[in-house]
Amino acid sequence: MGNVLTIIFQRLALGLLTLLIVSVVIFVAVNLLPGDFAQSILGQAATPEAVASIRRDLGLDQPMVTRYFDWLGGALRGDFGSSFARANFASFSGTNSGATTVAEQIAPLFANTMFLAMVTAAIAVPFAIILGILAALYRNSVFDRATNIFTLSSISSPEFFLAYILILFFAVLNPIFPSLSTIFDDMSFSERLEKSMLPALTLTLVVTAHMMRMTRAAIINLLASSYIEMARLKGLSPMRVIVIHALPNALAPIINVIALNLAYLITGVVVVEVVFVYPGIGQLFVDSVKIRDIPVVQACCLIFATAFILLNLTADIMSILSNPRLRHPK
Amino acid sequence: MSEEPLLKMRGVKLEGRSDETWNPIINGIDLTLMRGEVLGLIGESGAGKSTMGLAAMGYTRDGVRISDGSVEFDGIDLLKASAAVKRGLLGKRIAYVAQSAAASFNPAHKLMDQHVEGPVQHGVNGRGASEEDGIELYRKLRLPNPDQIGFRYPHQVSGGQLQRCMTAMAMSCRPDLIIFDEPTTALDVTTQIEVLASIRDIVEQFNTAAIYITHDLAVVAQMADRIKVLLKGDEVETADTATMLSAPTQEYTKSLWAVRSFERPLKPAVQTGSVPVVSVQKVDAAYGKVPVLHDVSFDMHAGRTVAVVGESGSGKSTTARCITGLLPPKAGQIMLDGEALPADYRKRSKDQLRQVQMIYQMADTALNPRMSIGQIIARPVQFYLGLTGAEKRKKVDRLLEQIELEPTEYYNRLPSELSGGQKQRIGIARALAAEPKFIICDEVTSALDQLVAEGILRLLARLQDELSLSYMFITHDLATVKAIADEVVVMKDGRVVEQGPKAEMFTPPHHAYTDLLLSSVPEMDPDWLTNLLAERGVDNIGDAAVDKM
Repeated sequence: MGNVLTIIFQRLALGLLTLLIVSVVIFVAVNLLPGDFAQSILGQAATPEAVASIRRDLGLDQPMVTRYFDWLGGALRGDFGSSFARANFASFSGTNSGATTVAEQIAPLFANTMFLAMVTAAIAVPFAIILGILAALYRNSVFDRATNIFTLSSISSPEFFLAYILILFFAVLNPIFPSLSTIFDDMSFSERLEKSMLPALTLTLVVTAHMMRMTRAAIINLLASSYIEMARLKGLSPMRVIVIHALPNALAPIINVIALNLAYLITGVVVVEVVFVYPGIGQLFVDSVKIRDIPVVQACCLIFATAFILLNLTADIMSILSNPRLRHPK
Repeated sequence: MSEEPLLKMRGVKLEGRSDETWNPIINGIDLTLMRGEVLGLIGESGAGKSTMGLAAMGYTRDGVRISDGSVEFDGIDLLKASAAVKRGLLGKRIAYVAQSAAASFNPAHKLMDQHVEGPVQHGVNGRGASEEDGIELYRKLRLPNPDQIGFRYPHQVSGGQLQRCMTAMAMSCRPDLIIFDEPTTALDVTTQIEVLASIRDIVEQFNTAAIYITHDLAVVAQMADRIKVLLKGDEVETADTATMLSAPTQEYTKSLWAVRSFERPLKPAVQTGSVPVVSVQKVDAAYGKVPVLHDVSFDMHAGRTVAVVGESGSGKSTTARCITGLLPPKAGQIMLDGEALPADYRKRSKDQLRQVQMIYQMADTALNPRMSIGQIIARPVQFYLGLTGAEKRKKVDRLLEQIELEPTEYYNRLPSELSGGQKQRIGIARALAAEPKFIICDEVTSALDQLVAEGILRLLARLQDELSLSYMFITHDLATVKAIADEVVVMKDGRVVEQGPKAEMFTPPHHAYTDLLLSSVPEMDPDWLTNLLAERGVDNIGDAAVDKM
């Protein structure tokens, strides 16, 4: 096990390093965005003095390197600064007393996004894997082809289109689920679940194809190996051959694809949020980019990057653990 | 014998698909097997042995089909039986032991979990009882630590032990028939003995019928009651083992038997004081921090063959890597004509590189599949000798003639259009193209059938006489050593345990390890294994454990 722990620590260190590099990239890229917050908030009324004053208040007149380390230091303490947009500039008073911190602003929305991602994952991952196993079992049959066509057409359709189709069938024609997914803090779990159902199903349709096809391909890839032939020659049922003998050896690529799709669920669902009016972090992110609310944009980017890195790290570690040679060295 | 045969195959025809057409693999073979009988199925690669063995289970691999004939197991027609009926028989009444146990055990599950799967799934026995029985079988197969070994993963167990675990697994439901598909081919000779003895005992004890597939005549002589010889999908002859060995009737069978008779005449001893072509001096080598070679020294003289023998992992190929400079030694040096060679091949001059050439075990992977034979041989001709144009072509043609392939016919062919033996000849021509003094032959015949291998050995011997080449011949096959070597170096665990002229090495007294190696090579005598085990004091019948089931 010492071996495995070393590998895991190496991966963790690499993950942290990646995150650091990503933070630089985010900071530089966001600061290179054309336009300026002070300009865009003051609009027509922008006098050079007013612009300079706002920039000074927000610390935008400092050199970029100083601002980066201020921001990074704050982020490490969980302080992402204050949102420009929520600050009160009416008085130009130079104090940010009435401002909301970015962390306060993001936290509830991020929780919503995580909730939706988890509900989707709970549906999509088992669904995709079972579908993949069945497709491998009945490969080249009508079932296999139908599954392929179904998942491929759902991944190829735009998300809003899938969303409206689902609304049509499950909210309008058969009112099973609500078409609006506005959720509040004081809702019970089951209420939230009901409200999130249609966005979760839409996202399930989006992510299933990738995971299902990888499951199918990884299993079929192994079917020519000697130990699968051996399992067949032991007279085992085709289902057992695939689930007990092929699947455990096919886990590594499947886990990686699952991680990629889960990361997508956290970072890339703005269209679905808009369609269902779901209060997630995606919408906040897009709005903040529009008005150059830099602290919020940076915080969102950092959260997305962390989610990506953490999920991939988890996938790496799980792939390593799925290999008995590493778990049980000689 | 008036009883019904256990297995009756009649007029079985098998076809394999390639390029959208079905080509015959087996052209109508009959096979009858009585209860408790062991039938040896022998032939060269491509003779259809394995396909035939699998067909006896009513199973074909992808791209193979049974086009005609019948396979009847204990009155059940396996070709007409439903998939469910066949699944009920496979593993329970008909079991399979594959060539490579390392590839045929699932790496994700413990040995015992795989062992009990058959009896539990077929409803023969419960999990607990199957485990106990598994441990009992491991004990009967003389596996070390039988109580614990089943709870390890396949990669934690050695090849020979895995092969015995697989035999135990095949036995788990006490089948009536076991198909052994080259079960010892991938093993070292010393390991092979244990596996052969274990298989023979257990088959005898449980009165299991078996089909034993192999290309090794000496092995089949130990195992089988009857032998069936196959050639390119046809049966050559079938007879009792004793009859078959003493009086084969067919020319082909006789030629198979004759292969082992090739032996080069002895050469006079090396003159004292002559400078060896290549001399390995006190070489230590390591892969990373793992030491592999310890103080390896031996000399190779002009026009002579030094055979380096030992089991896998003994450091034979690593020594070759040190000589070629691919793996610079940690200590010691390699001398060429009395001068020290730079340790790293990158620091060697072109002429030094030219003098040391190599022929590889797998000609398949050592030839670029996209280059024609002419291009493959022309490359070293141009690189080392600087020949171009017509001169280059002439040299390549001459090389092809030297390896007994017609230049006009083979110059433009691709490697995929050649047989295994022909590919190995191209490997030889490529080494010769550099006009070297010294050639390392790394297991060059071990992937080839015996007849083809003998052709390669004869060719190498002729070239040596004509060109005064010196060979370092790496092999684990002592028959090859007997055929071609002048001097022998025996290696074990990265050390040279014994070295000397061949005549000395093959006459006692030997070093204990050399003795073990020599005595482990199967001989054609059907009683060889029994006698050997008696000599080594192993109780081979296992009468202490008479079957309870």
